[in-house]
Amino acid sequence: MPASESGAVADPGVFDESALVAKARAGDAAAFNDLVTRYERKIFRLAKHITQNDEDAEDVLQEAFLKAYEHLPDFQGQSKFYTWIVRIAVNESLMKLRKRKSDRTVPLDEPLDTGEDVVVREIAVWEDDPEKKYSREELANILDEAVQSLRPAFRTVFVLRDIEELSTEETAEALGISVPAVKSRLLRARLQLREKLTRLFKRKGDNVFDYM
Amino acid sequence: MITCKEFLNELNEFLDETVGPETKAELQRHVTECPNCFVIVDTTKKTLKVFRGVTEKMIPGDVHDRLMKALEKKMAAKAAPPPTS
Ligand SMILES: [Zn+2]
Repeated sequence: MPASESGAVADPGVFDESALVAKARAGDAAAFNDLVTRYERKIFRLAKHITQNDEDAEDVLQEAFLKAYEHLPDFQGQSKFYTWIVRIAVNESLMKLRKRKSDRTVPLDEPLDTGEDVVVREIAVWEDDPEKKYSREELANILDEAVQSLRPAFRTVFVLRDIEELSTEETAEALGISVPAVKSRLLRARLQLREKLTRLFKRKGDNVFDYM
Repeated sequence: MITCKEFLNELNEFLDETVGPETKAELQRHVTECPNCFVIVDTTKKTLKVFRGVTEKMIPGDVHDRLMKALEKKMAAKAAPPPTS
């Protein structure tokens, strides 16, 4: 397994978040703006992934940073600022979903992890570079639809772990759920997405079952 | 040999390389001997790669502007609070 596949982190690593947070807490508006500029893209993107809606994502973005600014004196600095703002944004996003959800039956906090077996139905080899058969926009739509089809509880975990690249522990903290719950939901989310993409990307007439 | 079900339950740990060397060897052996799980590993890796490849990293300029404006307003309000004492 090539190491290069295990998550490209775009972080320069020299960024001193806690120093900025300390300045911001002391009332330095420019320092807070630096934090905003640093994280707004990620927060907007995760809100968009969870709410699946541009308008809601913008609302979430503003609410999250306004709340963070307001509650900065309460921020203890035991967790990273980023994890904290993610947690606020996730809560705001879920509130948006709940408001919209009156017509759906699945509550967001249903117990999902009880005895539900991991099911894999579609097992097929993919074509080579299947994503190249689609335009960037088509592919983005395919992926959006796939994420949207996940239950919110799975979707949020997938977005935080695999798109925002938070660690399992950070995801658990941001969502206020246990580490085992994160793991269990992530497994189901990944397998469900794999299944959906396999239906589109599989090499035609080439099922592994044929060889068994 | 471990079963496919047991393997699948460890799939993430295997993909994320968060298992100990012993478990890893066992999982690795399952993949080499089980064509189904081999395909599942391969296509799950590709699934994650596709998602990481296209996710948008930009924020629309007007969204950014409105955010900064909202913050500015909030900060101004905080800088000049109504007299309390
Ligand atoms: Zn197997």
